[in-house]
Amino acid sequence: METDWIHGLLGGLMIGAGGAVYLLANGRIMGASGIIGGLIDGSGRDTAAERLSFLAGVIALPLLLTLAFGGVATHVTGNLAVLVVAGMLVGVGTRLANGCTSGHGVCGISRLSLRGIVATCFYIGAGGITVALFRHLLGII
Amino acid sequence: MRTLFALLAGSLFGAGLHISGMTDTAKVQGWLDVFGDWDPTLAFVMGGAILPMALAWQLTRLRRTPLVGGSFPPRPDPRLGRNLVIGSVLFGAGWGLAGLCPGPAVASISYGGPGVVVFMLAMLAGMALAPRTRSYLDRAIAAE
Repeated sequence: METDWIHGLLGGLMIGAGGAVYLLANGRIMGASGIIGGLIDGSGRDTAAERLSFLAGVIALPLLLTLAFGGVATHVTGNLAVLVVAGMLVGVGTRLANGCTSGHGVCGISRLSLRGIVATCFYIGAGGITVALFRHLLGII
Repeated sequence: MRTLFALLAGSLFGAGLHISGMTDTAKVQGWLDVFGDWDPTLAFVMGGAILPMALAWQLTRLRRTPLVGGSFPPRPDPRLGRNLVIGSVLFGAGWGLAGLCPGPAVASISYGGPGVVVFMLAMLAGMALAPRTRSYLDRAIAAE
């Protein structure tokens, strides 16, 4: 649709505003994988309340918006094997790399962090190759 | 105060992911699908998010401490390292396979159906295994 980019830009500005609040108010980098991962491996036990509160907001707003304005399509695959393998890869990968699209992408690139820029090049490159392989060559996704 | 600001930040993040369309796996895979029907939306989302964030990083230079006290995150270690590359490649492969990364997975957990729940559980398992994977990689490289 031709309005998709406007929604993208507007939503993107809100994502960046969220990251700005998290940085300027709490002094923290808004990285989704780090916030979740710290709760899983115990490294974020001291800051659990802050992490859980952040995640509550991430879950609540999309829910409220769908209740107010109607549902949106997610097109999530029904292929269980793909979901499990993808989830495991995202979980291990983001923790090994210490960041994902929000931490390395949004927060890293915006401070011109070399690590963030390099990580983003590698995960977008790997994602592009994966889609080419599994969609166009193998026809699985 | 910390939890209140975290709730505000999370709410903005969640609303932004929802409004931008990033909870739609077809749009994310569409961005990665350079050989198919390429969808540029993600570039607008990234660009839109980087603007306020870049401003925020500039503001950290003017203020000595965050609003609630403490200190701003230090400059990251500039060394890139093997784990950054291996981890990003693994993450990118999973991201491409399902069209989900951690933020949008959490944001769409209420309406994404059982598929997002399965992805989330697998992701949490992967995160739990990450410390062991890291030490395994460290040993494998040291043995060379």
